[in-house]
Amino acid sequence: MLNYALRRLLITIPILILSTFLTFGFVSSSGDPLADLRQQPNITQEQIQRVREMRGLDDPFPVQYLRWVEQIPQGGFGEYLISPRPIWPDLQRVMGNTLQLVVAAELIAFAIAVTLGAVSAKKQYSVFDYSTTTLSFLGFSMPSFWFALLLQVGVVIIYRWTGYRIFPIANLSSPNPGTGMAFWLDRAHHLVLPIASLAIFSIASYSRYMRASMLEVMSSDYIRTARAKGLSERKITTRHMMRNALIPTVTVAALSFGTLISGAIVIETVFGLDGMGRYFINVIGRRDPYPIMAWLVIVGFFLMLANLLADLLYGYLDPRIRYE
Amino acid sequence: MSEPSQPDERPKAQDVPVRTGLGGADIVTDDAGLHRADDSGEAPEYHDGTQIVARSQWQLFRRRFFRHKLAMGSMLFLLIITLAAFNAERVAPYGFNEIDVVMRSTPPTFEGWHLFGTDQLGRDYFSRVIYGTRVSLQVAVVVAIISTLIGTTLGAVAGYYRGWVDAILMRFADLIIIVPLLAVLLIFAAFFGQGQPMRIGVIIALLSWPSLARIVRGVFLSLREKEYVQAARAAGAGDLRIMFRHMLPNTMGPILVNMTLVLAAAILLEATLAFLGLGVNPPTPALGLLINAGRSSMLTSWWLIIMPGLTIVAIALAINFVGDGLRDALDPTQQEK
Repeated sequence: MLNYALRRLLITIPILILSTFLTFGFVSSSGDPLADLRQQPNITQEQIQRVREMRGLDDPFPVQYLRWVEQIPQGGFGEYLISPRPIWPDLQRVMGNTLQLVVAAELIAFAIAVTLGAVSAKKQYSVFDYSTTTLSFLGFSMPSFWFALLLQVGVVIIYRWTGYRIFPIANLSSPNPGTGMAFWLDRAHHLVLPIASLAIFSIASYSRYMRASMLEVMSSDYIRTARAKGLSERKITTRHMMRNALIPTVTVAALSFGTLISGAIVIETVFGLDGMGRYFINVIGRRDPYPIMAWLVIVGFFLMLANLLADLLYGYLDPRIRYE
Repeated sequence: MSEPSQPDERPKAQDVPVRTGLGGADIVTDDAGLHRADDSGEAPEYHDGTQIVARSQWQLFRRRFFRHKLAMGSMLFLLIITLAAFNAERVAPYGFNEIDVVMRSTPPTFEGWHLFGTDQLGRDYFSRVIYGTRVSLQVAVVVAIISTLIGTTLGAVAGYYRGWVDAILMRFADLIIIVPLLAVLLIFAAFFGQGQPMRIGVIIALLSWPSLARIVRGVFLSLREKEYVQAARAAGAGDLRIMFRHMLPNTMGPILVNMTLVLAAAILLEATLAFLGLGVNPPTPALGLLINAGRSSMLTSWWLIIMPGLTIVAIALAINFVGDGLRDALDPTQQEK
């Protein structure tokens, strides 16, 4: 297993290199990074020319790409286009915050969705089943930013009635969050609403997959066998049905990690969180290609990790999937 | 439909001469002439007064879909919304930038037909929402058409030819599926500029075809081994003819269902882009933009975010319900109730 994980990790290296190439190709062909600069009245042609030469924007594509990609293993993504500040420290800071948000949302969504899906499959056509189905349709059809706004309004309305602030509606921490446990409790308190708004779509989607694959598993022969040999219903449900039904759900969850990152862009903007999503909106607004490319490479790396994790999970769920 | 009162007396399906081999056989009582299939002519009659009516797959599908109340209701709703949105000039009580100076920041009221209230400038939100819906629908329709064309073609080619064509196309599709869609869209929007609904629609479409391509590929992989495909090939039909005349019609079901998914997703995506200020150009009030504009005063003027938001939810929900109805209707194991 460890061997397999290591080998998989090695395979991701060429894929990562490919992804840097695609990223650079995509962003650098997207447009002239100096277009904004040209329109500013107080910047002269000479200054623009100096930036061009400094960043080597006139060099051929392969030269530019190599110069850019060389910096990455040395622990950095270079500097911003205009200001000579390094990109990496900024990214590092927002990365941690976003990971907390996204990973928590993914895990919570997964746990809730698996439970909902399994129960509504076991009780097919019951009131519970119909209500989860209806709710999941609603979850599919609701823009997450709108749901986030509703949560914010709801919290404020409760505050006006009771004078009690149940959840913070902005920022990642209080002004004086404290340290250690107190800091993390404060952080969790701040992340409740963002996680809820981010998870709602995933819960809706994963629970549908879980329900469908549960129903499929439930009618298979080995479940009849398990019943025939006298296993308790609880054991059949958890060990035989859910375990097998989890496999497609895990796939969907792993493939949806990108969707969660997309969601984080919007949710962080609504809640004013200092994470990768808001950072991305900022650098997009400045049309600075370097942080955009750095962002894409980092996200690509995380997506690959999510995939790897899903692959390892398959092996755990279904030992027939061998790691050859 | 009216079922015979004693189910046991119904003739078994296999005892009965079915007129066409294509569809399933349905049993109707003889007083229910309405239920006869259009092309069945006179149906054989049995001693207990039951008739057998043969129906093609398409007829069965149509019957099941038209009976799906939720789906039909949603269709009707979408039809009304679409008609209203594309005739916004005639339907909306005000222009989208028209200002009612007397009624600023008014909650929804029948007075002056401000059904969705007005904003701080006195602009009527009902009218703005109607215009905004037009933008959303334009984008969504463009996305649905283009991504369906791309997805169907690439999926068909991959499934039909297999081999390296398949490998390359599907790896490409995987790449697009896994990438955070919104991030790429934002980069496009930032560098190529915002634009008309058409432009935004094309960009979204270029990134949302892969799921359909995978589905179509899957169906094609299984269909290409079927006898009728071999028969067509033996009769000398070319690849294109086999793919698009013979195999494609049997793929229509999943394509239609996927189209509803793409439509709903496109509505939400366009709203998100507009909310972030990178959607369709500002003077046109896109629904997401309306919500963003209402954000600053959402605690006092709740209707400014609730009304456009509810509109988005209602449209997306209706599209999803239609998709659900299609899926049920296309499912051959679905029992008629």
